[in-house]
Amino acid sequence: MSKLTFPRMGESWRTFKMLLEDLGNEVVVPPRPSKRTLDLGVRYSPEFACFPLKILMGTYLETVEMGADTIVTSGGVGPCRAGEYAMLHHKILKDLGHDIKMIVFEPPRLQPFNFIKNVRALNKNRTSIRGIVSCIKRAWRKLVALDNVEKLSHVVRPREITRGTTSKVYRKILEWIDQAYTTEQIIEAEAAASKALRDVPQDTNREILKVGIVGEIYVLLEPASNLEMEETLGHLGVEVERSMFLTGWTRDNTWTETTEMMTVKEAAAPYLPELVGGHGRDSIGNTILCAKRGFDGMIQIAPFTCIPEIVARTILPRVSRDYDIPVLTFFLDEQTGKAGMGTRLEAFTDLMRRKKRMQKKQLTLTG
Amino acid sequence: MKAYLGIDAGSVSINFVVIDEAGKVITGLYLRTKGRPIQVIQEGLKKTAELILPDYEVIGVGTTGSGRYLAGVLVGADVVKNEITAHAVAASTMVPEVQTVFEIGGQDSKIIILRNGIVTDFAMNTVCAAGTGSFLDQQAARLNIPIDKFGALALQSTVPVRIAGRCTVFAESDMIHKQQMGHQIPDIISGLSEALVRNYLNNVGKGKEILPPIVFQGGVAANVGIKAAFEKALGMPVIIPKHFDIMGAIGAAQLAQEEVQNKKTNFKGFKIAGLPYHTSSFECDGCSNVCEIVEIYEGDKVIGRWGSRCSKWDIV
Repeated sequence: MSKLTFPRMGESWRTFKMLLEDLGNEVVVPPRPSKRTLDLGVRYSPEFACFPLKILMGTYLETVEMGADTIVTSGGVGPCRAGEYAMLHHKILKDLGHDIKMIVFEPPRLQPFNFIKNVRALNKNRTSIRGIVSCIKRAWRKLVALDNVEKLSHVVRPREITRGTTSKVYRKILEWIDQAYTTEQIIEAEAAASKALRDVPQDTNREILKVGIVGEIYVLLEPASNLEMEETLGHLGVEVERSMFLTGWTRDNTWTETTEMMTVKEAAAPYLPELVGGHGRDSIGNTILCAKRGFDGMIQIAPFTCIPEIVARTILPRVSRDYDIPVLTFFLDEQTGKAGMGTRLEAFTDLMRRKKRMQKKQLTLTG
Repeated sequence: MKAYLGIDAGSVSINFVVIDEAGKVITGLYLRTKGRPIQVIQEGLKKTAELILPDYEVIGVGTTGSGRYLAGVLVGADVVKNEITAHAVAASTMVPEVQTVFEIGGQDSKIIILRNGIVTDFAMNTVCAAGTGSFLDQQAARLNIPIDKFGALALQSTVPVRIAGRCTVFAESDMIHKQQMGHQIPDIISGLSEALVRNYLNNVGKGKEILPPIVFQGGVAANVGIKAAFEKALGMPVIIPKHFDIMGAIGAAQLAQEEVQNKKTNFKGFKIAGLPYHTSSFECDGCSNVCEIVEIYEGDKVIGRWGSRCSKWDIV
C-alpha cells in the first residue's frame, strides 16, 4: 500500500493524519522542521527560492526516508510563485532518484475536476460520498479545536505566573485532542483542554500588550519557521493575535463576522486595490482592522525575497502613520539565531509599553 | 557616593560606564572584545574598580548589547536591556530634543525614531553588514591606513568617486577597480563613505521620517568622513555626543538607576574580576533540533545556561 505524507504547518498534521487514515491510507507524519530539515532543504533547493520551499523540500526528503511515496499538497493560482512549488518539488525529488507521486489540490471552485479526481485517488476505502463528507466534517471540527486551543494559549501565556507553564500544558492538551476521534470526543477534548489552559495560574493585574501578526501563510503557521515568535512574545507579556489560521478563512472573507463591518480586502483597498499574490493584501487589510480594534502594535513576518510581502512592507509605513500603530517587519531565512529577533522583539515591546503608558497619562490628565 | 554601572557587551567592543546620581559620566572604558567576552568583562571591572574605588559605591548595574545575558549573569545585573532601548535612553538624556538616532556599531546599524522623548519606531539592519564598523575596519586594514585616520582622509577628497554601496562584496570590488584605474585614495574613501551612507539611509532608514535633531553614535561616529557624508545626504547637521562610543553603556547605567529605586542591587561586587569563570557546551539530544547548549560556570557552579530553542535548559 502507498504511504502518504503532506506538508507540516503547525499542529494541523493531527487533522490531516486522521482524515487520510479514515479514507484508508497509511500516513507518514512529517517531523517537526529541525536543523536537519533545513540542511537537507537548503542543499537541494535553488538558492534564490524562498524559505517555505526549502523547509518543505527538507521535510519531503525526511519523509521519503521514512518510507513515504506519495505527497499530498496544495497548488495555487495567484501571482505568488508558491503555486509552482509542488511541481518544482516533484522535479527535484525525481532528479534525486525518488519515484514519488504528487497529489496537488487546486482551489476546488476553480478546478472542480482536479478536486474530484484527487479525492478519488485518496479514497482507498471506497467510502461513499456521504461517508467522505462526514469524515471531512469531523476533520474540520478537529482543526477548529486545534486552532481554538492555540488561540487560547496566546491569551494565557502572557499572563502566566510561572514562565513556561502554558507551553507545558499546551503540549499536553494537544495529545488529548489528537486522541479524540468522534465529533463528541473532539468537542469534549476541546472543552477539557480549554479548561486546563484557563487553569494555568495567571496574574490578572499584569499590563498586557496586544499585537497582531500578519504575513505569509507558511511562516505564520509553522512556529519552527518563525523561531517560535509567538511563544517569545508571550513570555514578554504580549498577547498575540495571528491574522491567519487554517480555519480562519470564513472570518476573513465575510464582513458580517468582523466587528469593523468591512472585509480585509475592503480595508486594504485604499492602499492596495490589486491582488499582488500570496497574502500581501491581507497583511495590509489586517493591519488596518487590528489598528481599528485598538491593538498596541503589529508584526509582519515573511520569507526573505517574498514579493507579495515586500509590496506590503513598502506600504505598511504609511498605514502605520495613518493609523498611529507601530509596525515591525521580519524577513525570515535559514538563519536560526534567535538573538537578533529577540533583541528587536524586546525593543518593540519597550516601545509599545512606553507609548501605552504615555497615552494613559494623557487620558488621566485630560479626562 | 552612590553610582551606577552600565556594561555594553558588543561584538567588537565591551564598554563600561559609571554614572553618578545626577547622571554625570564618571568613567568610561572602551575595550576590544577580541572574541573573549568573559575575560574582557573581568578586565573591565578591574579597571573600573581602580578608577572609582573607594570614592563611589555601585548600587545598580545594567547590561546591554548582544552579550547582555552573559554579562548579566556574570556581574549580577539589575536590568538586562536590548541595545535599542539603551541607546535611545542615552541619546535622549544627552540631547533631550532628539528626534532621530543613528547608531552604527561593529556588526550592526540601527535607526531609532523618537517623538516627544519616546521611541516611536526603529529598524536594525537584518541581512546586510554593509556600512558597519567591521567593514570599515577591514577596508582601512586593506589600504594600510589606521582606522582613526580613515575618516579624515575622506575630507581631503576633491573629486568624489562613485562606489557601489549595496553590498560589501560589490563595494570592495568597486574600490579595487577604482584604485587600479588610478583614482586618489582620499577620493575613493570619500566615495565609500557616501556609498555606505546611501546604503544606510535606503536600507535601515527606509520609510522612516528623519527629523532633526539627529544624534549619531556608536563606534563609527568617530569617522568624520561618514559624518560629513550624512550631513551632505540629508542637508542637516548631525550631532555627535561627547561619549558617542559608549552610549549603550550609558543607557544601561541609566536604566539600572531607574530599576533599583527602592530595591537592593544584585551586583556581585568588583571581586568577581578575580573569580575563575569558564564555559562548556553540549548538544541536547531531546529532539531533532540538536540545540547547542552553553553553560557558564563560576568556579564549579552553573550560573547561566542557554541556547535551546525550547526553554528546557534555560537559566538566565
